[in-house]
Amino acid sequence: MEKQVILSPKQFELTLNRLCYQLIENHNNFENTVLIGLQPRGINVLTRLKAQLEFILKKEIVCGNLDITFYRDDFRRRETPIIPSATNIDFIIENKKVVLIDDVLFTGRTIRSGIDALMAFGRPEKVELLAFIDRRFKRQLPIQADYIGKTIDTLSTERVNVEWTEIEGKDQVVLYSQENNG
Amino acid sequence: MDNLSVEHLLGIRDLTEKDIQIIFQTADSFKQVINRPIKKVPSLRDITIANLFFENSTRTRLSFEIAQKRLSADIVNFSAASSSTKKGETLVDTVNNILSMKVDMLVMRHPNPGAAQFLSTKVNAKIINAGDGTHEHPTQALLDAFSIREKLGDVAGKKVVIVGDILHSRVALSNIYCLQKLGAEVMVCGPTTLIPKHIHQLGVKVEHNLIKALNWCDVANMLRIQLERQDIKFFPSLREYSMLFGLNKEILDNLDKEIVVMHPGPINRGVEITSDVADSKQSIILNQVENGVAIRMAVTYLLAAKIKHQ
Repeated sequence: MEKQVILSPKQFELTLNRLCYQLIENHNNFENTVLIGLQPRGINVLTRLKAQLEFILKKEIVCGNLDITFYRDDFRRRETPIIPSATNIDFIIENKKVVLIDDVLFTGRTIRSGIDALMAFGRPEKVELLAFIDRRFKRQLPIQADYIGKTIDTLSTERVNVEWTEIEGKDQVVLYSQENNG
Repeated sequence: MDNLSVEHLLGIRDLTEKDIQIIFQTADSFKQVINRPIKKVPSLRDITIANLFFENSTRTRLSFEIAQKRLSADIVNFSAASSSTKKGETLVDTVNNILSMKVDMLVMRHPNPGAAQFLSTKVNAKIINAGDGTHEHPTQALLDAFSIREKLGDVAGKKVVIVGDILHSRVALSNIYCLQKLGAEVMVCGPTTLIPKHIHQLGVKVEHNLIKALNWCDVANMLRIQLERQDIKFFPSLREYSMLFGLNKEILDNLDKEIVVMHPGPINRGVEITSDVADSKQSIILNQVENGVAIRMAVTYLLAAKIKHQ
């Protein structure tokens, strides 16, 4: 496996910061907006954004975690079922503006499931999507993000990992590719 | 993550501890789902399930049906009373006819012990045993253990006494297997005539004095006297049974510690348990019913995952 860092720790921090200001531009003081991270790895992005937004705005931002396991479209097409993570939405999303947050946007299928799962909690006024990394050209559904950390062009054989200081020891985005890929 | 080690849910005896933990973990999520404004998920929208009830049931049947509907499965119901089995059709023929209509999964309750196991060797569908005679009732044991875990934090190390008609109870046998696999200590308590002869071989304690049994335990699971399965008299009268083995508020209040009271239903109020106990704070009978739906959703979901997509 060949490893290539596509966002260094410094760029990583700047990107998160920029995303915060883009969110503030559209949502002012988050009066009627909630952030919802998609389990499992969208939660990492959410946690950082929440901390940074609260630092900037000096107020609490309403956040939740959403698990999409039961809404996936690949049930019975996988070898083993995915055991779900926790969903934690203890507020009403009815008539709220919701920003769904995930780490990597790839085929768009996770987001499709996420929108379905979200609707089980009510009818939001508006749903937006924030993707920390957008792997364009591999979309299988007509889904695009409203806020993008970084757009990258990749082959489907390559793997993109968003790594976190809390988990992997370092904030960075890494592209893994097979050697002799041509 | 792994899936279950079994292809059907025939009894708790076939499950590993890990299987039970996977079921509990999945049920935790389904419990969240059934408490949402929209209580339904689309996971099983391409699966058809037949519920075959050759024996009466209210709770289990409704619970399975609700679980299946919450998973978006298509379901058909069959009850023996109004079917061609009355005209002399065999079980395998009946089931194969149903399967010809492209049914993927069967939930069966049958008065004969081993009926679900027998069927699993004859037909090509996933089978969930919803009670086979006096043998096993696996989903009931799973929901009982799940309810104990919810109330007390863990099942391991807890002391559970099962009181009543152990001889005719499939709930008792499945509960013994399940609780032991999860590391609990199990005691059975009842009149000598209703305790099976060699039950100690299952590694359970036997007690004939209700007060002693209750003082030993953390959880008491009170079973119903199964008069429909008793063709001879096992005790002189229901009144005498109730006096010796019935749980009332006075007994409960005089125990050394606060215990959890369970009952798989249907309750015969005033026989094995009095109304004030059944409706007391210590009773988790209605939690058991709620958890039943989550557990049945989990089992159905995990077994459906094993049906290969065509």
